[in-house]
Amino acid sequence: MSKKHIWDDENRVKKFLKTFYISCIALFLVDFFIPRYTHIEVENWPGFYAVYGFIACVLLVFIAKHILRPLVMKEEDYYDH
Amino acid sequence: MTISALPPSIFLIIGAFLVPFLKGNLKKLFVLALPLVTLVSFLNMETGTYWQVQFLDMTLVLGRVDKLSFVFGLIFIIITFVGVLYIMHQNDDLEFVAGLFYAGSAVGAVLAGDLFSFLVFWEMLTLGSMFLIMARRTDESRKAAFRYVLMHVFGGLLLISGIILHVHETGSLEFTKINLSSLSSYLIFFGIGVNCAWPLLHTWLVDAYPSASVGGVVFLSSFTTKTAVYALARAFPGEPLLIWIGVAMAAFPIFYAVIENNLRKVLAYSLLNQLGFMVTGIGIGTQLALNGAVTHAFCHILYKGLLWMSMGAVLYRTGRTKCTELGGLYKSMPWTCLFCIIGAASISAFPLTNGFVSKSIIMSASLEEHFYLVWFVLLFAAAGVFHHAGIKIPFFAFFSHDRGLRTKEAPKNMLFAMGIAAFLCIFLGCFPQPLYDLLPFDNTLPSKGVPYTPYDYSHVVSQTQLLFFSALAFCMLMLSGLYPAEIRSVNIDFDWVYRKSFGFFYCVMDKALNSLNSVCDATLAKGVPSNLAKAFRNFPGLLSANLLALVWASFGLSSKEIKTRKEDVMARIENGSASIGFSAIAAMVALSFLIRW
Repeated sequence: MSKKHIWDDENRVKKFLKTFYISCIALFLVDFFIPRYTHIEVENWPGFYAVYGFIACVLLVFIAKHILRPLVMKEEDYYDH
Repeated sequence: MTISALPPSIFLIIGAFLVPFLKGNLKKLFVLALPLVTLVSFLNMETGTYWQVQFLDMTLVLGRVDKLSFVFGLIFIIITFVGVLYIMHQNDDLEFVAGLFYAGSAVGAVLAGDLFSFLVFWEMLTLGSMFLIMARRTDESRKAAFRYVLMHVFGGLLLISGIILHVHETGSLEFTKINLSSLSSYLIFFGIGVNCAWPLLHTWLVDAYPSASVGGVVFLSSFTTKTAVYALARAFPGEPLLIWIGVAMAAFPIFYAVIENNLRKVLAYSLLNQLGFMVTGIGIGTQLALNGAVTHAFCHILYKGLLWMSMGAVLYRTGRTKCTELGGLYKSMPWTCLFCIIGAASISAFPLTNGFVSKSIIMSASLEEHFYLVWFVLLFAAAGVFHHAGIKIPFFAFFSHDRGLRTKEAPKNMLFAMGIAAFLCIFLGCFPQPLYDLLPFDNTLPSKGVPYTPYDYSHVVSQTQLLFFSALAFCMLMLSGLYPAEIRSVNIDFDWVYRKSFGFFYCVMDKALNSLNSVCDATLAKGVPSNLAKAFRNFPGLLSANLLALVWASFGLSSKEIKTRKEDVMARIENGSASIGFSAIAAMVALSFLIRW
């Protein structure tokens, strides 16, 4: 039996993810209570950065996966012949 | 303080060539001492111009020290020490010599006060970096180095022609701000752009850096592009074109990075993305924005070097860099994993890391100048960089699927080198003031009229929100299986155009010129001379034999007899063995023919 490592324990992974989700919720909610110093109007929207970060990454992945990859992906030895 | 007799770059450049003559521990001590001696000499300099040399009718300035060149020179020397420590165990003369020579050229380039010596150091950069790529000693790296050199020779030629025209127009060699208006300024602009890996000119970077040697890339990622950033900050601050070049640079590579399987290529794409932030800062051109670009270059060298070092350690121990072949390495390389996470957090600009104290200046400067669209794209790129570099790299290398790789931790010197870089990333992240004090321009936030500070509630909270929700997106896409699977593949980039069009060009030239060549060879080189020779050899015999044949025919000889005699005469004349009688008759016939004519 090989040595058990810290992240081999599934419960620990679950606990880590749970803490992470709770921090996300807390970070989202904090905007409703404490105002930020802002330059432009959109920054005043509560949760702007959170929503922007989330949408940006989802868009990034979908564009990369469904538009860019079909256009540019080739076999590993594409340039070798 | 006294100024040393020699410019700091000379210690590294001359020292590099002494390395192969040393052995054992002396060599190790020597290569570690070189950056330290350079640092002492560098820190001894005060603002001003030094080491002016007369060359032909030009005055070359080998040491122009101001705040801008100081910041770049300082970080170049620091990373040289870290890099040399990192490659210590390999004891590879080629890496030592090329690395130190390359570092010396970079220090020389940022200290150069005139365009000519800047150009010389600039070209030396190409030379040093080429050998660092080849130091991997694989067929792939040799080919990549060849393509790299082609691209940089092209960039170098643009710069040389630009400089010649510029000096011709202005009569001044001084390396200072240049207005982007004339042909010469555009040539210089794009010459620098090649080294800065602007979009479409960037292909050499993603091609060559992942193919370079384990340690070589630590030097590569620090010097060429950052010298170009320095040159842009020096010559083209506030050039609006740079804003859009920078924005494009910050945005497009992250899409490639998401689908890239080779983690060293992911690092190359994120290097482009980070350069985009710097170029945008220079384009905005306010004091705050320029400071942002300079700070970001400084911090970037540290965290990017750290990330390359951690992936280099993985490559060194496992021989692998692809997502499809890696995973679970935190079990056998915990320290490397920790350092990689620190580098990843820094590149993502987490609060308390140096990326946060540098990137946020550029973001704030874009808002201060009301570049809202620029700000939106940079914010997108900032979220994306966490996604592809901050999470993807540590996750796929050290966690993700355990591929059963059990290896040793990286060698001690590699760990020390990574440790120094990681310490600086966190130290400068927590205490940015010493770095801010070095900045070349006024660091006041115009809208508030107070010195810029990254640590206020709004900055910290908004950045943390952005990053946490970017991570949340990664998490959810991963768990739902929507994240693009790792696939063994190569993604074609704009290099396809270069490779295919130059391949086509080569083919056309090969076919056209080589067939023209063979036609000329067959006709002019071989055909005409040999036919002429044959004609000159045979003509006298033919003429004599045919004239004599007329005489013989008048004597009534049979045609068979005439034919035999003709052959005999021709053979004799060709050999030069005609009897006197024949020669006399031939001469007489020829003379009478001439007289008659």
